[in-house]
Amino acid sequence: MGYLLCFLIFSSSVYSLISGTSQACSDAVTECGANALKLVITLGGGMAVWGGIVNLLNDSGLTEKLTYSLKILVSKIFNQLNKNGEALRAICLNLTANLFGLGNAATPLGIDAMRKIEKELGESETTPKSMTLFVVMNACSMQIIPTTVAAMRSAAGSASPMDILPCVLGVSAVSLAVAVTVAEVLEFGC
Amino acid sequence: MDVSSLVILGAVCLAFTYAAIKKVDIVGSFTKGAGENLKVAAGLLPTLVLLMLAITMMRSSGILDVIVGLIRPAAEKIGFPAECLPLAILRPISGSGAIALLDDVLNKFGADSFAGRTASVLAASSETTFYTVAVYFAAVKAKKPQKAIIAALAGDLTAFLTAALAVRLFFGAG
Repeated sequence: MGYLLCFLIFSSSVYSLISGTSQACSDAVTECGANALKLVITLGGGMAVWGGIVNLLNDSGLTEKLTYSLKILVSKIFNQLNKNGEALRAICLNLTANLFGLGNAATPLGIDAMRKIEKELGESETTPKSMTLFVVMNACSMQIIPTTVAAMRSAAGSASPMDILPCVLGVSAVSLAVAVTVAEVLEFGC
Repeated sequence: MDVSSLVILGAVCLAFTYAAIKKVDIVGSFTKGAGENLKVAAGLLPTLVLLMLAITMMRSSGILDVIVGLIRPAAEKIGFPAECLPLAILRPISGSGAIALLDDVLNKFGADSFAGRTASVLAASSETTFYTVAVYFAAVKAKKPQKAIIAALAGDLTAFLTAALAVRLFFGAG
């Protein structure tokens, strides 16, 4: 990452000298800090509101209830795992956090789920199918309400920041379906 | 009255009323969650400054236009707005980089433009694939993440191909 950034900054500087945009490029250096700070302030505001709401959901036990209904579906996808096992419950919690757009809660829960899948199926160098599927689902977006993007859109003056919601849900669903199908095919083929 | 504002209001009302019924300490619980996310947002800042430096330099020097120009013909053939190409390329690699690029597109072309909407949909419907795979596989003994990476990238490619299509179907070419 460091070398890539170094390369990008160096090549941009050299190119700006060649193409005569060095003034704009040096302005970028002085202004980028303030721009980053502005972005974090608007972003942090939206994140704080949703963090509060989701914590209410967690503390009232509603998250646990939503997890319960998810379990039936999830146990069909991860048919390698015990229906009432700890691994499946951990997967459900992680997926719920993902659905609510809690990226930062989802990651620790997901790591926990990976460990529990390993514990249930036994340590091995080869990756079990449930692990591949689980990582693939996490590497695709499953968020129902795109809070971060909506906060950024409203900061940029959108008339209706959430109007992209149907498109986001459609595109997420299609790309998740493709990713899971590819994972299934790879498992079957190799 | 649009569907998304109904969803948000419903979720907010449900969260508060259910918490009240269950006698949760509403103020304490909400502020705890809000505070944790604020810390996360503040933690983003140092990386974001660094990435913004590189990205704004690339954009203002014009070198990004050169790179995008190379891929533009292929992208335009499938109806993808060239303005969103840098975002599409960076999305699976860097989360905060994608945030910086999305902000760039939104401010330059407008949040409600075709490019702005496509960029929003693309950013909201895909994830930082490489980061996710790296973190999750770091936690276990299994060492072959290739299948997961291939499958997840296939999903990213699908999002890339369908984002512009979905915006066009829903809002028109705008």
